[in-house]
Amino acid sequence: MTTTHPTNTSTRAGTLGTNAYRPDGVAKVQGGFAFSSDMWSENMLWGATLRSPHPYAKIISIDDSAALAIDGVECVVTAQDVPGNPYYGLIMSDQPVFAAIGDTVRYCGEPIAAVAADHPETCKRALAAIKVVYEILTPVTNPQDCVSGIAPQIHPQGNVYRHQRIITGDQSIVGDVIVEGTYEIGMQDQAFLGLESALAIPDSGGEGLELYVATQWLHEDRKQIAACLNIPEDKIRLVLGGVGGAFGAREDISLQVHTCLLALKSGRPVRISYGREESFYGHVHRHPATIWMRHHADRNGKILKIESTMLFDGGAYCSTSPAVLINAITHTQGPYKCDTASVEGWAVRTNNPPCGAMRGFGVVQACFAHESQMEKLSVALGLSPVEIRLRNVMETGDRLITGQIMDSVAPVEQCIRETDAIAMPEPLLPNADIRQIPGGTGLTAQPGNIVRGVGWGVSMKNLMYSEGFDDYSTARCRMTDGVVSLKFATSEVGQGFTMLAQQIARTILGVNEVLLDTIDTQVGSAGSTSASRQTWMSGGAVKAACEKVLEDLFDHAALTFELSRDHVRIEETDIVDILSGRRIAVSEASKGVNLDRTEEYHHPPTEDLDENGQGNCHVAFAFVAHRAVVDVDVELGLVKVVQIATAQDVGRILNPISVQGQVEGGIAQGLGLAVMEEIIVKDGKVRNPSFTDYLLPTFLDAPLVEMVLIEEFEPKSPLGAKGVGEPPCISVTPAIANAIRNATGRELPRVPIRPYDICL
Amino acid sequence: MVEVNLHGRQPQTVISLRHVEELHEWSYRQTQQTVTIGSAVPYSVMETGKIAELVPALAQAARTVGSPQIRAAGTLGGNLGTCSPAGDSLPVLSALNAVIHLIGPQGTRDVAWGEFMLGVKKNALGSGEFVHSITVPVIQGWQGYAKVGTRNAMVIATASACLVRDTEEGLISIALGSVGPTIIRCSQAEKWLRKTNSLRAGAQINADLAVEFGRRVSDEATPIDDHRSTAAYRRHCVAILAQRLLVRSLA
Repeated sequence: MTTTHPTNTSTRAGTLGTNAYRPDGVAKVQGGFAFSSDMWSENMLWGATLRSPHPYAKIISIDDSAALAIDGVECVVTAQDVPGNPYYGLIMSDQPVFAAIGDTVRYCGEPIAAVAADHPETCKRALAAIKVVYEILTPVTNPQDCVSGIAPQIHPQGNVYRHQRIITGDQSIVGDVIVEGTYEIGMQDQAFLGLESALAIPDSGGEGLELYVATQWLHEDRKQIAACLNIPEDKIRLVLGGVGGAFGAREDISLQVHTCLLALKSGRPVRISYGREESFYGHVHRHPATIWMRHHADRNGKILKIESTMLFDGGAYCSTSPAVLINAITHTQGPYKCDTASVEGWAVRTNNPPCGAMRGFGVVQACFAHESQMEKLSVALGLSPVEIRLRNVMETGDRLITGQIMDSVAPVEQCIRETDAIAMPEPLLPNADIRQIPGGTGLTAQPGNIVRGVGWGVSMKNLMYSEGFDDYSTARCRMTDGVVSLKFATSEVGQGFTMLAQQIARTILGVNEVLLDTIDTQVGSAGSTSASRQTWMSGGAVKAACEKVLEDLFDHAALTFELSRDHVRIEETDIVDILSGRRIAVSEASKGVNLDRTEEYHHPPTEDLDENGQGNCHVAFAFVAHRAVVDVDVELGLVKVVQIATAQDVGRILNPISVQGQVEGGIAQGLGLAVMEEIIVKDGKVRNPSFTDYLLPTFLDAPLVEMVLIEEFEPKSPLGAKGVGEPPCISVTPAIANAIRNATGRELPRVPIRPYDICL
Repeated sequence: MVEVNLHGRQPQTVISLRHVEELHEWSYRQTQQTVTIGSAVPYSVMETGKIAELVPALAQAARTVGSPQIRAAGTLGGNLGTCSPAGDSLPVLSALNAVIHLIGPQGTRDVAWGEFMLGVKKNALGSGEFVHSITVPVIQGWQGYAKVGTRNAMVIATASACLVRDTEEGLISIALGSVGPTIIRCSQAEKWLRKTNSLRAGAQINADLAVEFGRRVSDEATPIDDHRSTAAYRRHCVAILAQRLLVRSLA
């Protein structure tokens, strides 16, 4: 890893810019960390969920008497046990807590009932004993039928989640060169390793409860749970259970309300933990999409106009589909200048599995299309993949197709040039280790069977929530006797925010010891751990709270130690009066005082899009370039990604090794989408709900990653840093696809690219 | 145990063979030129060392089974008991004409590979019988295994093949995995190849012959479409694998 323009000056261990240790690191490596599925309580019952085997069916009756008769079964809950709002949802309250008698189930795996019993095996028997009579209906599985209107309405709130267009510029423009294509993106799963799990503990008085849960946003969960339970929010305390990855799959409610209902009905603690198969039914997935794009360019390769239609299959319930769609259509142009565009997008309801947030959030789909188009433009114009992109790079100050002015640092050209400068990998040698060859230990190929290809992908990604959403973050900072303690509700899902919060406090307040309070709802909302936003947002809140405490500390120290209030500052772990040169240790200055501040950080407001898709809808942007080198066994269609070279725009680097981890992990996830990861849905049913058949890249599939971090302070960001979580996984997918196209000469309009797409 | 843990099977009785020592042993009979492998010998033992020297195709197949942890636990007994057409070791046992030694309440019996696997997850094991050990010949010649999967390790076979060239007998045998209800032994293609006289010592293989061999092998496959792949791709794979293995065997 190399960086450009390093801005870090501090070297004290654990401060910003250093590879601080993660507070959860040792426990995770040694196996001592308690994930949410490790939680246990005295007198605890186990819960389990009955799910529909049909994608679309009317429920005629539910008979739980045989289940209740089983020894050890404590209670069964169904739709009629939901005291409050029978529906939930992040954007549209359209998803039933349980499908009710007389209503329909709308996807295969939809919850119908939950049981609590003394043992997980008892739960299994109880589920098998619940008799549900269905009237099977013909599922709507083709999203196009919802656009054309020929599909029957499958939900009272309609089959279209959102339809939005973007029209800008002179539509009569026709380019000298026109390229077009229709691209398909398969349904990817977040496939976090720590499965869904929650433990609900009812209050002894019976009024409220405490829920320990692995989630991305405690306060949003609480809001939805409270509405369903018809209990005031202040009677529900949510505590973050240990989270083993999220990637968007924990934004929506899954087992939260079910666990609470069972705990309230039984009066005992209840834990529900999903297995891997149930997890595939329990959370939303990345939207499968079909995208048509047509690019017009002049003779020199300058993009003149982009036309596109996008169709996103949101599945049975809304989740975040409208926001995903808006992200997709507003990123149609990618990181390139373009004045004229005509884009129309649809997100629709079908009886397929519900889709929602996943790392990249709509931009992954759009980027696969626009970068496939850039490849076509490069071929049509006879320009190299680098040259066609350099002739169109976006810069700060450019106007986007939404009319918004790019006011983020936008080093797109530098991302491309730095990536291009990274050395190419060695050629595949005749005596190469078999594990370096496509097919690996399957011994399918010898080096002579292999063709090498190179491909490019470059992307732009918005950071934070968009379209008028005030996704603020809150943090509380307390200081006593030189020790700082921080409290926030920011979900630590593995990204390392807890470590970053400590780094911020150490740097600002000149302390070494920073305690972390429990992550729960006993402090204001932190917003969601998603949208590459927590470093910026919760980082901003922690910074603001620490700075307030620092001001209080300076006030106190100036009085107590007769320092010049206007001329004090922190140097390492001392307060220094720069007029007198006096130094007082922070630990000394804070002795006996109790400083306590809670602050919110809000990003600048954004706007909704108007009917022509115009509006300042996004907060900020980050950029990245990827160059993929692949080896392909053209006859068998097997691929080995040899190297990914990347240069990413990261703002100020706050923790180099954490950035590196995000980049390498994101690349593996984008590689998965490019060549193997897909939930296969046929007739509304998932055909591969296991890690036997839903294939994630293994260590042997992961490429060598050569990265350059473009370090440029982002003035809009409280810490100068940009979110780094999503960009790595976005343009790596089309880079790999373009490399395979380069090796095979095939169009390959769909990801994941299957072996038979290459060789048959 | 996969059935119990993953698919909710609830057997009345489970008998552990973990401590039956002879099932964990293997032997090489030099006089007969055979290797006999206990049904509980893990793949990790077959991957390298003496077994790999004597039966290299078995070692190659063993190396493709799951992860290191799974190879430390998985056995030929498991592959034979489950009898999935995707069982990684089974094409090797077929191509080598392995003999399966069974043991049960009625005593012991030997079953030739050709009579052992009866269908998808169906085998000749009688009630109360289990696999004691497996005997394969040590071949003078070349043998090799190849397996296609959608990722480069830890993957169920989309298609697999084992080719054995016995230079003493002047025979080539080839068996296919994951392209039919059982492991498919391509006796027609084998017979055709014999007739071409291309297996005599010192014979040069020409590319057209290898392609034709691959085509004939794939004609004997009966693959299906499923969520893992398509029949057309599987058929294509075994043609390419047969072609490549034949070229390697004569190189």
